[in-house]
Amino acid sequence: MTQVTMTVNGKTVTRDVEGRTLLAEFLREGLRLTGTHIGCDTSQCGACVVHVNGNAIKSCTALAADLDGASVTTIEGMANPDGSLSVIQQAFQDHHGLQCGFCTPGMVMSAAALLKENPKPTEAEVRAYLEGNICRCTGYHNIVKAILAASGQDVGAIAAE
Amino acid sequence: MPKDHGIGASSKRREDIRFLTGQGRYTDDINLHGQAYVHFLRSDVAHGRLHKVDTSAAEGMPGVIRIFTGKDFEGVGGLPCGWQVTDRHGNPMQEPPHPVLAQGKVRHVGDPIAAVVAETAAEARNAAEAIVLDIEELPAVVDMKKALRPDAPKVHDELTGNLCYDWGFVEENKAAVDEAFAKAAHVTTLELVNNRLAPNPMEPRVAVGDYNTGTDESTLYTTSQNPHVIRLLMGAFVLGIPEHKLRVVAPDVGGGFGTKIFHYAEEAFCTFAAKQIRRPVKWTSSRSEAFITDAHGRDHVTKIELALDAQNNFTAIRTETYANMGAYLSTFAPSVPTWLHGTLMAGNYRTPLIYVNVKAVFTNTVPVDAYRGAGRPEATFQLERLVDKAARELGVDPVALRRQNFITQFPYATPVAVEYDTGDYNATMDKLLEMIDRDGFEARAAKSKADGKLRGLGINCYIEACGIAPSALVGQLGARAGLYESATVRVNATGGIVVMTGSHSHGQGHETVLCAGGGRHDRRARGAGGNRAWRHRQHADGHGHLWLALHRGGRLGHGAGDREDHQQGQEDRGPSDGGLGRRYRAEGRQVHRRGHRQVGGLGRCHAGRLRAAQLSADRAGTGAGRDGLLRSQQLHLSRRRLCLRGGGGPRDRQGHDLLFCRGR
Repeated sequence: MTQVTMTVNGKTVTRDVEGRTLLAEFLREGLRLTGTHIGCDTSQCGACVVHVNGNAIKSCTALAADLDGASVTTIEGMANPDGSLSVIQQAFQDHHGLQCGFCTPGMVMSAAALLKENPKPTEAEVRAYLEGNICRCTGYHNIVKAILAASGQDVGAIAAE
Repeated sequence: MPKDHGIGASSKRREDIRFLTGQGRYTDDINLHGQAYVHFLRSDVAHGRLHKVDTSAAEGMPGVIRIFTGKDFEGVGGLPCGWQVTDRHGNPMQEPPHPVLAQGKVRHVGDPIAAVVAETAAEARNAAEAIVLDIEELPAVVDMKKALRPDAPKVHDELTGNLCYDWGFVEENKAAVDEAFAKAAHVTTLELVNNRLAPNPMEPRVAVGDYNTGTDESTLYTTSQNPHVIRLLMGAFVLGIPEHKLRVVAPDVGGGFGTKIFHYAEEAFCTFAAKQIRRPVKWTSSRSEAFITDAHGRDHVTKIELALDAQNNFTAIRTETYANMGAYLSTFAPSVPTWLHGTLMAGNYRTPLIYVNVKAVFTNTVPVDAYRGAGRPEATFQLERLVDKAARELGVDPVALRRQNFITQFPYATPVAVEYDTGDYNATMDKLLEMIDRDGFEARAAKSKADGKLRGLGINCYIEACGIAPSALVGQLGARAGLYESATVRVNATGGIVVMTGSHSHGQGHETVLCAGGGRHDRRARGAGGNRAWRHRQHADGHGHLWLALHRGGRLGHGAGDREDHQQGQEDRGPSDGGLGRRYRAEGRQVHRRGHRQVGGLGRCHAGRLRAAQLSADRAGTGAGRDGLLRSQQLHLSRRRLCLRGGGGPRDRQGHDLLFCRGR
């Protein structure tokens, strides 16, 4: 067992973890933050994306023991302080960017990371950035639209496609 | 003009809020107190004789609670098939047993051999590696036509061969169809493969079994599209649990695509094992397991022929399809290439004679069942490809050939047992050609060619029969379970409305749709979002059970806030009107916590609600428990047993439990 201390969604947490404990397991089982989903176990689907020290990573392939001192943000930490949906979350609802909701936390976390490094992405840039996030319901189109809308861009032309 | 409220208005999905904030409640998010974990040791050969499963070393591994093998399930039913097809000679299909854990043989990669239940998932996995298997690998059959050769290895030794059924539809038309082909001016023949696929919803399957020793009740939490079908099949055919002793809960489900319709061995195992070890048992599929255990889709090999007269009118269609069932019959597998496929073979065309022949075949592969459209896409794919090929062979425009043969008079009775009530296929074709700018295709193709690329154009018409009903008819076609629907709308005394339907949402947004009729739904209504097959309810159906509350804000009844809110432990809205109301509410909240704990954090649990009402009645005696608001005792006849549902009247001192059980 290794003791790790992290800041998760602004709160400091200290836990003993096994060397093999994945960050995704640590969040889901250790902290009961079940919004981070595990869909593939192999870093392909992106349902487990969280932010570690400001960077989007797949939490199913990071070891919790490696992240002592890290600052972690999960989907549970993405709403506005008053509990209302953030701009990105609201855009997903407005543009029907989700159906079953299982991939959605990872999509929102990836979208937030994209808009942080590229505040006005093109449609092609959004699609390329989402390469590591799989959605089985929507066909991606409305997800792309939601992210472009969240960046403040007019998505009228996309809507007509 | 778009509506701005009520049914038909565009509205944002209410379930999105919890999904977008990480508050969805999927099955893997459920952990019960004292829960153990199971890991299945699965076959890595496609076909083998199981000589020995030596678990002795594994049993001593850290954390191991118990290891189950096929022997533990010898007295337990196998997984049933929910549809019986009768072949073209009037005989029932061959229907092999499907044990929960392999007995004697393994028949596909992924077939479960042993199940290790341990304190942690990792310990269960580790111990499974210490199980020693003695498997004699046998020749496997994968190709369907080879599987039907007389000398082919048999997937099931006790069957006459690997043919499940040889189905003809409509058999009486066969001679007339053959005659039409003999007289045809032109025959177009197409052979094609509709490939097998793995459905892969984003959420892997999960099952959590629980057993209440005190009441002898079992609960299964599962990633299901239709918990009622699971309850019926697992309760009645596998484990022998009466419906009123079995609850199946499917909370938020992360996509289904068909593969979460079916009853799986892991569900039965977790429910069974929880009773055996007196602890909840949880299984979470890995993605790798999903590929070899979730029922696959399609896998047809087809030869289809079209007969035309000298004027290019379609005169007959004849098909021969080999449909792969895999190693066992999954829940609805036999229906897919037959009733869900043959009945769509007329397409949009006025073809007077059709004969569909389907040979369903057992192979050493993962079972195949309904996937996205299930049989109908397979029918359309072959028919439309065939029409295109005929147009090419005849040198005519594929659109013109379609228009010439379109059904234009309605109602129209097809020769495959379906009547179309209405349609205007020429109008949709006109619209389609305009939308795709077909007239501009040649120029686009020329430009592509100049750029060194190829450009093609495909036209496809599609007739869909979404779902099948009524259940009485479907039963005559061989269905043994489900395919009916029911709903309950309950108006609560304080004005809340609860809509309970059999239909389950796994992404479709039922909560939003069903709340649309609720008036001021945008501010007040809220979906309760539980989906469960409940022992007091008979919602067995095609798509499960959605439980939904529309709250109208305490404007009716006593104005005492919303009772549903209290029972769900969500929020306290509006003042109590004192006396009875306050007492009831306190009790409801208190008992809700009981329910909450029991189901591991399902805050909106129906169990909590029921117990709240019952216990309220118990405790209050002739006081608050006799409040007219609570006195709606409901009796439901369930498998010839009377069950007490809901609150009403003191029951502890008067032996209502006994009274209501006398009907057995």
